[in-house]
Amino acid sequence: MIKGMWWKVAGIILVIYSIIAGIMVEVPALPLIHQTIRNLFYHVPMWFAMFIMFGTALVYSIKYLSSLKLKDDLIASQAVNTGLFFGSLGLLTGMVWAKFTWGDFWTNDPQLNGAAVSVMAYLAYTILRGSIDERALRARVSSVYNIFAFMLLVIFLGILPRLADSSLHPGKGGNSSAMGDLDPTMRLVFYPAIIGWIIIAFWILDIRKRKRILELQQQF
Amino acid sequence: MKEVIDLIKKDFLLEIRQRFALNAILLYVVSTVFVVQLSFGRIIDETSWIALFWIILLFAAFNAVSKSFVQEHSARRLYYFVLASPVSIIISKITYNSALMVSLGFLSLGLYVLFLGMPEFNPWLLYPSFILGCIGLASALTMVSAIASSAGNNAALMAVLGFPVVIPLLLLVINAFKMALKVEIATMQLIKSLTSIFLIDAVVIVLAVILFPYLWRK
Repeated sequence: MIKGMWWKVAGIILVIYSIIAGIMVEVPALPLIHQTIRNLFYHVPMWFAMFIMFGTALVYSIKYLSSLKLKDDLIASQAVNTGLFFGSLGLLTGMVWAKFTWGDFWTNDPQLNGAAVSVMAYLAYTILRGSIDERALRARVSSVYNIFAFMLLVIFLGILPRLADSSLHPGKGGNSSAMGDLDPTMRLVFYPAIIGWIIIAFWILDIRKRKRILELQQQF
Repeated sequence: MKEVIDLIKKDFLLEIRQRFALNAILLYVVSTVFVVQLSFGRIIDETSWIALFWIILLFAAFNAVSKSFVQEHSARRLYYFVLASPVSIIISKITYNSALMVSLGFLSLGLYVLFLGMPEFNPWLLYPSFILGCIGLASALTMVSAIASSAGNNAALMAVLGFPVVIPLLLLVINAFKMALKVEIATMQLIKSLTSIFLIDAVVIVLAVILFPYLWRK
C-alpha cells in the first residue's frame, strides 16, 4: 500500500467534486434519458471500482498460489468483499436508473444478467471460504476458485454482451460505442469520478485488511 | 501419456463394475423425459424444446460428473497421489468425463426425440455445438467437483459453485441451438458461434490443468 495521506485526500476531493459537479453540470437533453443521465457519474464508477477490486483479488490469489503466504490470501478475500460491496451498489444504482428510463427495475438485458451471475460467482466464493475450516486449505482452494470467478467476470461483462443481438446498454449489441460519443463537459466529471471511486475502494480495502490482521492477532 | 490412458481405463472399469451410478443417471433421464412428455404432450414450441432439453442434460451432468472426485475417499486419493502426477490425473478425468457426457448426451437426445419429436435443425450447427457443449459442461464440472471435494465433499457446495461456472457455456450453446432452428445460416455466423463455445471450453480446460496441481497438493 502507498504510504501517506495525500492519495486518500485526493480520493475524497475527487469523489466530492464528482458528486457536486454531477448535480450541477450542464447535460445534453437526450430523449428518454433526460436528466437521469447524471446517474452515469454514480452508477458506472461503481462497476469500475468493482472490476479493479476483483482484479486485485485475482493478482493476490495468483501471488498466494506461488508464495503460499497467508497474508496474500487475506488481501484477496478482503478485495473480493470490497468488490462485492461496490458490485451491489452498482446493481442498486443501475436498478434505480433502469426504473426511470426503461420502466422496470430489472430488464432482461445481457449486461444485467451477466452482472448478476458474476456477482453470484463471487458470493459462491465467500460461501466456499466459509465452508472450509483449515486455513491453509481454505486459502488454496478459494484462490483456485477465485481465478475461475475472474474468468467468468471477463466473459460475462466483457465478451457475452458484445456478442448478444440486442442490449439496452450503450456500446453493446450493435448500439453506439460507450465512451466515443460522451459529451465533452460530462467527461470532465466522469473521469474524475472513476478515479476517485477507485481510490476510495483501495482505501476501504486497506482498512479492511488492517482490521482483519488485528482480529487475527487477537486470536493468538 | 501411458499414465493418462491407464487412469482412463481405471475410471472406465470402475464405472462398469459399479453399474448402479450410471444406471441411476439413465433412469433419471428416462423419467424426466417421460414427465416432460406427460405434461407437454408430443409437440411443444421450439424454444421450450431446447430449454427443457438443456435443463435435463444439466442435471444429468451434475449427477454424472460430481461423483468423479467425490467418490474417491481420502485414502485412495493418497494412493493416487503417490502413483500419478496431478496433471495426468486431471487430464484423464476430463477426457473420461467428456466421453461420458457426450455419450450420455446423445443417449438423452435420442430418448428426448423419441418421446417428444424433433424440430427441424441445421445439423451443421446443431451437432458440433452439442458435442462442444457436452465437453465444456464435463470439464467445467470436473474442476468444480475437484474444488468441492477438497472442501469436504459438500453436495450443496457443488451446486453453488457449479452454477455460475456453467451458465456462460449454457447460454452460448442454447443460443447456438436457437440459431440452428433457422435452416439457412450464414457460414460466418456458424463459425463465430462455434468458436465462441470452443474458446470457453479451451479456457476452462487450460485453467483446470494449470490450477489442479494446487488443489491436489496436500
